[in-house]
Amino acid sequence: MLAILDYKAGNQTSVQRALNKLGIPNVITSSPDVLANATGIIFPGVGAAGQAMDELTSGGLDELLKDLVAQKKPLLGICVGCQILLDYSEENDTKALSVIPGECRLFNPSWVDYEGTPIRVPHMGWNQIELKQDCILFKDIDPNAYFYFVHSYYPAPEEKFIIGETTYGRPFCSLHGREGLWAVQFHPEKSGTPGLKLLSNFYEYCKEASDA
Amino acid sequence: MLSKRVIPCLDVRNGILTKGVKFKDNVDIGDPVATAKMYYEQGADEIVFYDITASSEGRGIFLDVVERVASEIFIPFSVGGGINSVEDMRAVLLAGAEKVSVNSGAVKNPDIISQGAAAFGSQCIVLGMDVKRVPKSELIPSGFEIVINGGRKFMGIDALDWAKTCEALGAGEICLNSIDADGTKDGYDLELTKLISESVTVPVIASGGAGHPQHMVDAVTEGRASAALIASIVHYGEYTLPQLKEYMASKGVKTRSTW
Repeated sequence: MLAILDYKAGNQTSVQRALNKLGIPNVITSSPDVLANATGIIFPGVGAAGQAMDELTSGGLDELLKDLVAQKKPLLGICVGCQILLDYSEENDTKALSVIPGECRLFNPSWVDYEGTPIRVPHMGWNQIELKQDCILFKDIDPNAYFYFVHSYYPAPEEKFIIGETTYGRPFCSLHGREGLWAVQFHPEKSGTPGLKLLSNFYEYCKEASDA
Repeated sequence: MLSKRVIPCLDVRNGILTKGVKFKDNVDIGDPVATAKMYYEQGADEIVFYDITASSEGRGIFLDVVERVASEIFIPFSVGGGINSVEDMRAVLLAGAEKVSVNSGAVKNPDIISQGAAAFGSQCIVLGMDVKRVPKSELIPSGFEIVINGGRKFMGIDALDWAKTCEALGAGEICLNSIDADGTKDGYDLELTKLISESVTVPVIASGGAGHPQHMVDAVTEGRASAALIASIVHYGEYTLPQLKEYMASKGVKTRSTW
């Protein structure tokens, strides 16, 4: 069973619909026991980093998440859930979870895209991932596949944690973490077949990790 | 690199598709859920639904449609029509839409944009603008005026000012519909599209007038739009979505080519 972390800043229901489509057992929860017993955790998120951190800390979920990561519980952060795994976000000047070293920065609208015009902020739409490290989440996914992004801030983790990059004006990190702890800036739950495959790969990893 | 989006638009009344859509094979006539699923499978980058239902009873049916769509398609979709309050926004977002499009509701009460952005984030607040060409004047210096009620009511608001105002209020995207071009199949209003696209930093979706795939190419190149909204060009079976995308790619436009 995958646990989808329930806090007000999340888009839990979109993630749940995708998991339901895949036939993956899941529950939306903020219960420490349920989270601790889940085979893996999905940490979703939309909206602003400051608000997301406020919701997490007010419910004590920040410490719980850190504990679970320390216990090697598999975790997948999505969008804002990916950003606030870092130390800090420029959005709302937010001190974040410090699970992965790095920070989250605002796109610079003076960056120029491939058409020679300034990039638009937010980065909204379909873009590709260039893997810098092998990643089991991308097993059997076309390297040219597109994923859906919508964000104004981008993760900038310490280099060794960068797994995949996407180009928007310049390359930025769109997938970071390490084995068992992944953070994706895009929305796999809204990225069609490749996104569903990524979620399915995460679940397969979680099952194997819990059997091991 | 970010691809240009192709977005079919579906008008729904009392839970049923309006504007006859030419369906293929197993798709039930007039079912918005089956049609959305068909377009999803054919590579639509996003889908827009407009609820043109007047009654509150019809509204409930529409929300049910939104929920069923959300369980079947795994790409973003937005919902517009009849959005007049933050509560209206909440209802469609809870039903599973990614984005909510506010049009005349924003003209009547611009604060709905900032309230919606504060509650749900700018990324899900789309400003829908219906625009008509008028002579340039002191009131309408750009020569493009905001209209509502399908173009019947002129609001005395300059479209360029309005786009900038709503961007500042927190709209995360603009769906720019030319009432003059709508239904003509002669192409998007490129002058309008370019004017607005170059004046805001949020993405702009060109709407109204697509009759040939070259029009879509023009909208995202000359018009500088991030996306092209389409309706009859694909509903009536003249082109399929893959054909439209292949054409755009053949003209050098970056499109999402695998899905």
